[in-house]
Amino acid sequence: MSVAVENIPSQFEVLDQPLESQMTLSMGPQHPSTHGVLRLELQLDGEMVVKTVADIGYLHTGMEKLFEYKKYQQGIVITDRMDYLNPLGNNLAYVMAAEKLLDLEIPERAQVIRVMFCELQRIASHMVWLGTHALDIGAMSVFFYCFRQREKILNLIEAASGGRMTPSYFRIGGLMMDLPAGFDRRVKQFLEDFPAAMEMFETLVTGNTLWQSRTKGIGVITAEEAIDWGLTGPCLRGSNVDLDLRRDNPYSGYETYDFEVPVEPDGDVWARFRVRMRELYESYKIVRQAVERLKPGPIKADAPKVVLPDRDDMRKHMDSLIHHFLIVAEGFSIPEGEVYHAIEGSKGELGVYMKADGTPKPSRVHFRGPSFINLSALPVMSEGEMVADVVAIIGSLDIVLGEIDR
Amino acid sequence: MSEKILEFVEKLKAENPAWITDLKDARSEITAFVPREAIVDVCWVLKTKHDFDMLADLCGADRGPEEDPRFEVNYHLFSTKHFSRLRLKVLLSEDEPNVPTVVTVWKTANWHERETYDMFGVIFDGHPDLKRILLPSDFDGHALRKDYPLRGYEPYSLT
Repeated sequence: MSVAVENIPSQFEVLDQPLESQMTLSMGPQHPSTHGVLRLELQLDGEMVVKTVADIGYLHTGMEKLFEYKKYQQGIVITDRMDYLNPLGNNLAYVMAAEKLLDLEIPERAQVIRVMFCELQRIASHMVWLGTHALDIGAMSVFFYCFRQREKILNLIEAASGGRMTPSYFRIGGLMMDLPAGFDRRVKQFLEDFPAAMEMFETLVTGNTLWQSRTKGIGVITAEEAIDWGLTGPCLRGSNVDLDLRRDNPYSGYETYDFEVPVEPDGDVWARFRVRMRELYESYKIVRQAVERLKPGPIKADAPKVVLPDRDDMRKHMDSLIHHFLIVAEGFSIPEGEVYHAIEGSKGELGVYMKADGTPKPSRVHFRGPSFINLSALPVMSEGEMVADVVAIIGSLDIVLGEIDR
Repeated sequence: MSEKILEFVEKLKAENPAWITDLKDARSEITAFVPREAIVDVCWVLKTKHDFDMLADLCGADRGPEEDPRFEVNYHLFSTKHFSRLRLKVLLSEDEPNVPTVVTVWKTANWHERETYDMFGVIFDGHPDLKRILLPSDFDGHALRKDYPLRGYEPYSLT
């Protein structure tokens, strides 16, 4: 555990009182269990947390400002760097907001591929969560097994898009390009191996008595409080609120897939853990259905002024070449308007507020990062707990600082 | 879905003309323009009587220094019961960018409002802890304002 640093100004009015039992502990920003550069200031009474204040902004890179200076299609690349464990989810939220403004119709095949990749990405993101969460609590080997599974998914993403962590695979109006030959076979291979891995995780972690005693009854948040604090995703479903945007505000054809929304009643670290573990099976089910639905067809919307033409078309048709030149050189304009589009990211409701002013660059893009909101509820969960449990609670929130600080 | 919400907001407007000055229905999203004096009342009634129990997002926007009103504050309400969305919009002038806080209605508004204050300089009256959240406390200016240069006024140093 890190020590209180003298030269960082305290956020509390009462400073350390060496003769009293209360002290202030500065945790982070380099502490490994804060998952990046989160700094917590904990006021302790013995080992009990009396007050928690989160200090964020260490990773702030001004992405929302940058959006206003980039063309719509260039903004996709920025979204990869926000929640870097769920880049395809960020891509989807961003492009769907733009598509909503443009009123574009996305072809069936592109929708299926989007759903397939989003769910694969969700599995990858949850694998990092499980590995680091277990590492924080003290189980090291889980981390390696999880990253092995994640590596397989990153290889799939790399095969399709060329990028592992920063794919930028979804484009406004469709996809960057079609899947490589034999891709469905590779996905099926992954799907074949995944249940055995899940079984191993259940034995390694779920059935572990130490794990259960470290997570059960820790960091409780009730359903009313969870809604009041704006929690979404697995954190909300762990508090017995049955809400999943994939089912309740369906997008990209999610309403046609057969899956369940796992809900756990207790609202503690264990409940959030169980929700994510059960979600992994549901994501697996959706990927399996999506692979079966892959039929040949167009992957880009029929909107030549917005979607880049195929290379082949450009060589044969004059107008394709002109459109390509205009999109790359000038960009496309979106008529004045504003939308808020929310998807169910791996960490919760990932919303994009996009305001267009009729130029090729957005007037305002705001990302509602689920980690940002989920972290703001940390004081409610951690106050009254032990210092060591704060680490478990942060792990159960599944935060990514790239998204919090943007 | 959006027709029902539109109907509902129109009814709300007829009951309390001072609450909603204008209504917009675009791209199946409903926007209600609320004067800043009424925003807390509107939010409270929507939350307690009409099941808009979650504040999904709160964000500011700058229309540009030549516009009046210059700033917008957007409240994106969501219902965990009937899954519908509604946007409330408060317009603020540059001389008086003050709006009452809604932390009293939703606790989640706390960090959202701090972020909006940090980026746009919108002041949320009555906020329990209104200070910068993402930028350092000694930062000069409000970064997301349109007249703030992309690279800042001068190179920022952390030392």
